[in-house]
Amino acid sequence: MSEVKREHRPFMGPGRGRGVGPGAGLSMMMPAEKAKDVKGTLKRLIGYLTPRKFQLVTVFSMAALSTIFSIFSPKIMGKATTKLFEGLMLKLRGVPGARVDFDFILHILLTLAALYVASAFFNYVQQFIMAGVAQKIVFDMRRDIDDKLSRLPLKFFDSRTHGEILSRVTNDVDNISSTLQQSLAQLFWAIVTLVGIIIMMLTISPLMTLISVVTLPLSLVATKATVSRSQKYFSEQWKDLGELNGHVEEMYTGHQVVKAFGHEGESINKFNAINERLYVASWKSQFISGIIMPLMNFISNIGYVFVCVVGGIFVTRKAIEIGDVQAFIQYSKQFTHPITQTANIANIIQSTVASAERVFELLDEVEEIPDRDDAKAIDFPKGRVEFQNVKFGYKEDVPLIDSMNIDVKQGQTIAIVGPTGAGKTTLVNLLMRFYEIGGGKITVDGVDIRDLRRGDLRSIFGMVLQDTWLFNGTIRDNIAYGRTGATDEEIVRSAKAAHADHFIRTLPDGYNTILNEEASNISQGQKQLLTIARAILADPAILILDEATSSVDTRTEVLIQKAMAALMRGRTSFVIAHRLSTIREADLILVMNHGSVIEKGSHKELLAQGGFYADLYNSQFTGASLEKEAV
Amino acid sequence: MLKLFRFLKPYKSPVLGVLVLIFFQSISDLYLPTLMADIVDTGIVKGDINYIMQIGGLMLLVAAGGTFCAIWAGFLSAKTATGFGKDLRSKVFAHVQNFTLHEFDHISTPSLITRTTNDITQVQMVTLMMLRIFVSAPIMTVGGVIMAVSKDARLSWVLVVAVPVLAAAILIIVSRSIPLFKAMQAKIDKLNLVLRENLSGIRVIRAFNRIEYEHNRFNDANLDLTGTAIRVNRMMAVLMPIMMLVMNFTTIAIIWFGGIRIDSGDMQVGALMAFLQYAMQIMFSLLMVSFMFVMVPRASASAERINQVLDTAPKIKEPAQVKSAGSKRGFVEFKDVTFSYPGAEQPAISNISFSAGPGEVTAISGGTGSGKSTLINLILRFYDIDSGSILVDGVDVREMPQKSLRAKIGFVPQKAVLFTGSIADNIRFGKKEATDEEVRHAADTAQAAEFISEMKDGFAFVIAQGGTNVSGGQKQRLAIARALVRRPEIYIFDDSFSALDFKTDAKLRAALKRETANSTVLIVAQRASTVMDADRIIVLDEGQIVGVGSHKELLQTCEVYREIISSQLSEEEIA
Repeated sequence: MSEVKREHRPFMGPGRGRGVGPGAGLSMMMPAEKAKDVKGTLKRLIGYLTPRKFQLVTVFSMAALSTIFSIFSPKIMGKATTKLFEGLMLKLRGVPGARVDFDFILHILLTLAALYVASAFFNYVQQFIMAGVAQKIVFDMRRDIDDKLSRLPLKFFDSRTHGEILSRVTNDVDNISSTLQQSLAQLFWAIVTLVGIIIMMLTISPLMTLISVVTLPLSLVATKATVSRSQKYFSEQWKDLGELNGHVEEMYTGHQVVKAFGHEGESINKFNAINERLYVASWKSQFISGIIMPLMNFISNIGYVFVCVVGGIFVTRKAIEIGDVQAFIQYSKQFTHPITQTANIANIIQSTVASAERVFELLDEVEEIPDRDDAKAIDFPKGRVEFQNVKFGYKEDVPLIDSMNIDVKQGQTIAIVGPTGAGKTTLVNLLMRFYEIGGGKITVDGVDIRDLRRGDLRSIFGMVLQDTWLFNGTIRDNIAYGRTGATDEEIVRSAKAAHADHFIRTLPDGYNTILNEEASNISQGQKQLLTIARAILADPAILILDEATSSVDTRTEVLIQKAMAALMRGRTSFVIAHRLSTIREADLILVMNHGSVIEKGSHKELLAQGGFYADLYNSQFTGASLEKEAV
Repeated sequence: MLKLFRFLKPYKSPVLGVLVLIFFQSISDLYLPTLMADIVDTGIVKGDINYIMQIGGLMLLVAAGGTFCAIWAGFLSAKTATGFGKDLRSKVFAHVQNFTLHEFDHISTPSLITRTTNDITQVQMVTLMMLRIFVSAPIMTVGGVIMAVSKDARLSWVLVVAVPVLAAAILIIVSRSIPLFKAMQAKIDKLNLVLRENLSGIRVIRAFNRIEYEHNRFNDANLDLTGTAIRVNRMMAVLMPIMMLVMNFTTIAIIWFGGIRIDSGDMQVGALMAFLQYAMQIMFSLLMVSFMFVMVPRASASAERINQVLDTAPKIKEPAQVKSAGSKRGFVEFKDVTFSYPGAEQPAISNISFSAGPGEVTAISGGTGSGKSTLINLILRFYDIDSGSILVDGVDVREMPQKSLRAKIGFVPQKAVLFTGSIADNIRFGKKEATDEEVRHAADTAQAAEFISEMKDGFAFVIAQGGTNVSGGQKQRLAIARALVRRPEIYIFDDSFSALDFKTDAKLRAALKRETANSTVLIVAQRASTVMDADRIIVLDEGQIVGVGSHKELLQTCEVYREIISSQLSEEEIA
């Protein structure tokens, strides 16, 4: 009668994703993604669990104890009912002095109470420990991913979207976390319950057990049939939903264009068409998945009736006691739940393994070549850079740079010129050793950059790129990023040199102004000034600058120009150049197109060559003389 | 939430059906224990096997009937909830299509997307849950109470004690954990933020050699999150055992007090067994009701956001009386136009007057934030102006239907937006019935033919969502082709050449010149080479016209223009 255990899952879940109470059954209906190598992944996942072996064993023994105690209770409670019934029957037959044996019943009820308290206690302890274990395992996993990310080469990040990487750290790890927190113990519970109930039933009456178990295959078949049918509609529903969301996203972000071209009507028609398909797929999937509960209920009710009837007949024939019937009613009602739950959890575990596999895939990515143990150091970098027969290509079979030789002396300026998308960041990637070269060598002050620690190499360089990167923190912290342990005075001094001090002081909190998530509380130009201040503070020997200031108003642009000029003084500078004055005064011009350096030399030399640069120069800066060519 | 339920109106009869069916299903569920009691109290006590079999058959029938009702109710509720979601979605989408840029700015595009997609899905889910559970829970509770009292009214006192205890336990734990859940969500967001920053700033982080610092930042966030997650889960760990205890002790109490009543002959054993089952049913229903506390607040936040969209009326309205344009073609005139964005302190543009006619190229130049794009948006009537008037073909834009105004214009936006579909589809976006020849010609003029022919499927090449599989320059050229295929009276290019290299830019402008000879052309640009050849250059600064004239004239008279140009050209080239 106390079928309390039926909804074992804490009904609020850890507050996200799946499994909010009664809807939890739905997760079994959805097709789970499958992992490619289930065995290997499971093994590694277990590897994460082994350091916490002791706690996990405790958790499982607590779960087992809790379950066993609760399985015993119906049988014991049945004894109380039997005693009641016996007393009653005696009375009915008019046996003198007959009365219900309340001492016995009290004794049983006290036993029951003890069982219940013990079961609840063990259940609590189990969940309490599991909370700590599960979250700590997930903590380790996140830490490992973060560690790994810091050792991966830039190549990895450039070939993947941020969303893809983020989703592994959030969604996949979350998925693993809630499985550990809930599903694992539940699976265990379900199995122990199933086995336990069958044993208990057998000890009471093997024949009755047979009758109760008759419904078992029925519920298995019913579960399977509904699940396989609903999965089809669920995947259809996901597909339609994805399409619908895509359409909404496109139409909303391109709203201006949709309006300008008068496409509102068509857009609504298309939306309605997808919406209709979505509707059909979703009501079908919802309906079919909704059938399972009543169906299971019905099957369990059939068992219930069988037990009542057959049990009733047996009691009249004195084959079993009335209390046993009551116990069987409870047991058979509890029976169907572990079965549905096991099916459910099997699916959850499948998707968890798929998640784990994605996480492990990330952890297995090829790392950067480690720094040499006997790494050299340049104590006082001067800023001489040499490329000797450098070969490079992003893909092995597509060489971009073939045997490049340049010699940059201390304090020189190198202008990198080319159309948009010409691959000007390639040079940055090589200088800072974000990518490894395929042949030859690059030296700084005569030292091969591969003989330096990456950190030491990069601290020689200062970088001001167009995509200003600032983080969610104060302006002070963002500037101080340039050098660990910079004093306030130094920060203000570099802000002044970058012409940023003035605007910073006009902000409500000055240097303590917190940049919001998108740093949208200051303008693009102001952001650029901050990154310049950061580079000034870092005081590098070699600079890499991007002159592009496309989205900056004219006044700020003048400030940026001044700040950059101040920054470049006396330092070796690689400038991704846009301004003619910079290009003409550069000591060396590298002309890039489609990722490779196609020409190099001074302004005069290159003009004389009459090649790509001359062409570019004429079209860009003289504007005339092209009409003829274009026609 | 309730406000949205007005959209449930067309589903009145299915909802009613669900109520009735669930009522019958609940009755069947409630009737079973009573029948069982009969088996015990009559069948077993009297040893009447026939009677037991009879009642057993009846029980099967009742169970089957209940199942039938439940499935039918499930069918109706699935159709109702998803239909409701469909209607709502369609309503919101159609409504948003009427929005002007005003409303998009106000609510913000990403938020509008979430409201149309996730929020509605959320509301639909909860509606389904409500129809499935929240309808049956109260019926079961009330029905359970009635049946329990009818079995034995005195014993019902046990319930009067147990139910409030259970309710209080749930309330205390849930109310304590909700703030923790919120804190946890905030910490998850924080962790994601750190990670996102790490990914987007990877070059800077490595360049400044701050990997260790970022590690610590991530670790702090990770630790913080883990701490809260443990606390939340430990809090939730109390819930289940407590509920079990309350229920199980209720059982014990019922057996004890029931036993006493049986002993005194006031109650039968079967009735006691039935009573126990009713008590459990009541308590489970109560549990179900407590889900409502979790689900409804979440859904009502979504509902509120949806309502906000539906309650937003577009600022720009179609004219009551439409004026026809007459025979004039391609005339644009600004008469003393002033416009400010809502809530702005200063007007974005003020006192703008100029006119442009067919065969003329008008360039609009100026620094960022000087009001160039705003001015363009006003011609298309994406916003309504504060004072003055804008005439197109001699008619005030506010007196024309928006559709026919925009049909006159070929617009190339600053950000080249393409849509999922083939290249040909994207160009035909400008003119639905354009022939293949027209499409090809437009692509040719826009200097897109070359790269299209290099693509695998040529014009059938499918552009991915957001145009991620074409470069910025290619996108711009396709956007230009899209405008060209319309052969409109007025061309508007809003900084549309910025992603092109200079050579393509020059070729494109030369080709455009022939194409647009009889049209009015308005170009927004900062690049010197683009504006230099225009018939008329309008220089804007802080929303006001500071110079109008040709390149040569402006170099003499306009300081701002000189500043813009001199940042790009050297002295001798300017002269």
